[in-house]
Amino acid sequence: MTIKPGEIAIVGAAESTRIGAVPEMSQIMLHADAALNAMADAGLKPSDIDGVACVGPMMPQQIAHYLGITPKWVDGTGVGGCSFMLHVRHAAAAIHAGYAKTILITHGESGKSRINATPRPPEPQSLNGQFEAPFGPMGPPTLFPIPVLRYMKATGTTHEHLAQVAVVQREWAGKNPRAAFRDPITVADVLNSKMIAYPFRLLQCCLVTDGGGALILTSADRAKDFPQKPVYILGSGESVETTMVSQMQDFTSSRAFRVAGPTAIEMAGIKHSDVDHLMIYDAFAHLPLYGLEDLGFVKRGEAKDFIWEGNTRPGGKLPLNTNGGGLSYTHTGMYGMFALQESVRQVRGIAPAQVPDVKVSLCHGVGGMFSASGTIVMSNQRP
Amino acid sequence: MALEPGRPRPEPTPETKHFWEGTKNGKLLLQRCGDTGRAYFPPRPFSPYTGTRNVEVFEASGRATLHSYVIHHRPVPGFKPPYAIAVVELEEGPRMMTNIVDCAQTPEALVLDMPLEVAFTPMDDEITLALFRPAKEG
Repeated sequence: MTIKPGEIAIVGAAESTRIGAVPEMSQIMLHADAALNAMADAGLKPSDIDGVACVGPMMPQQIAHYLGITPKWVDGTGVGGCSFMLHVRHAAAAIHAGYAKTILITHGESGKSRINATPRPPEPQSLNGQFEAPFGPMGPPTLFPIPVLRYMKATGTTHEHLAQVAVVQREWAGKNPRAAFRDPITVADVLNSKMIAYPFRLLQCCLVTDGGGALILTSADRAKDFPQKPVYILGSGESVETTMVSQMQDFTSSRAFRVAGPTAIEMAGIKHSDVDHLMIYDAFAHLPLYGLEDLGFVKRGEAKDFIWEGNTRPGGKLPLNTNGGGLSYTHTGMYGMFALQESVRQVRGIAPAQVPDVKVSLCHGVGGMFSASGTIVMSNQRP
Repeated sequence: MALEPGRPRPEPTPETKHFWEGTKNGKLLLQRCGDTGRAYFPPRPFSPYTGTRNVEVFEASGRATLHSYVIHHRPVPGFKPPYAIAVVELEEGPRMMTNIVDCAQTPEALVLDMPLEVAFTPMDDEITLALFRPAKEG
């Protein structure tokens, strides 16, 4: 039987106690700190959890053992920063199938302090190692923006448009005491910031921080007995394309976005106009533009004007990245968990920069260099 | 052009060995799908379009256009910033990452869709990289 919109709910959600620079915690403790906070939020103990998801090979067993959990179901899907959207989708399916009742999804990353951090070596025999690494990329700032100049030429998007993305998100961050950067900035500030990898400057690149986050999911029928108002999962989607940005089918649009986003929207049974609040993973300034277009919120080439005209800023008709995003709030390396946390807060009505009357939030994630995508639609109302 | 030391060195695998043999011998080798006739890259002994193992290796023209790029401004072993990390579109269709040589590494000099030609550049006795340079007139 197909899973129905609202059949599964988030009943616990929390970030690590501190985010930003957290040198007093190793990576595994950032997972655990967030997990303990989420269990406290849901009124649960580790012995109440029977499913665990986290990113990467050998990680579910490390996290389950560290927290004292004996799971019946695990998921170690690791497709980059949107892995948590896929975990939510997979967890919902597992609960629907009866494989587990109460699933914990964790993230912890010592991205800044690098304590027990995950190494990311490009293996010289991998396709990336043979056909991209020899040409001098050094991490996401040199790879993620590679399609941008082509996108600009195809859509008439200017450097000013791409600067405005950072300006608007800083406006949201200014309302959020936990955001790393809160001082207002202008388009000129962005365009005068240090050049990192043309066309992108420092203020168009995400932060690098420490932090963690965790979510707890169960069936909607059980969710009503939990202390927090349930956040219902209406729909979800996922896809992958390629780890080699040079091999993306179309430099002006993400195939993974075009699969994951519409799948989630269709499954949720909603129209774009039903979305009150939107998160689009912004590791770099172009991603909200691609997301708005590939998910169908605007037509191709219209995202630049949609943001420029203020539609996504505080008071706009489609509030976007209301925590300040990866550009201004926090970005541990795999930011998707923090985008999900903000969607949950907005739907619960407890966000620092709360949008009035949010019923439906759509949270869209990307995995490094457009390699993967995951989308979750959530609501405080069960259809 | 001689490469600075420190650049990450690719290690060929059974499926890519012919490509690296090709660049060493001054040939840019692509593969073509036996079902569709379409060229593809990176190398693999089957078609990503239909799954057929009926594929052939052929020599590409070496002509390409500049599809997109970034200009990196921070130091990386083996590179002198600022340097462009580019993706070119080969005449035969596939795209590949590369560097653009014999050209200023500036937005003014690096114009999208400009014609390029392959510039085989040895790293060592075994590995030669397919870099690209602005195409000569005509």
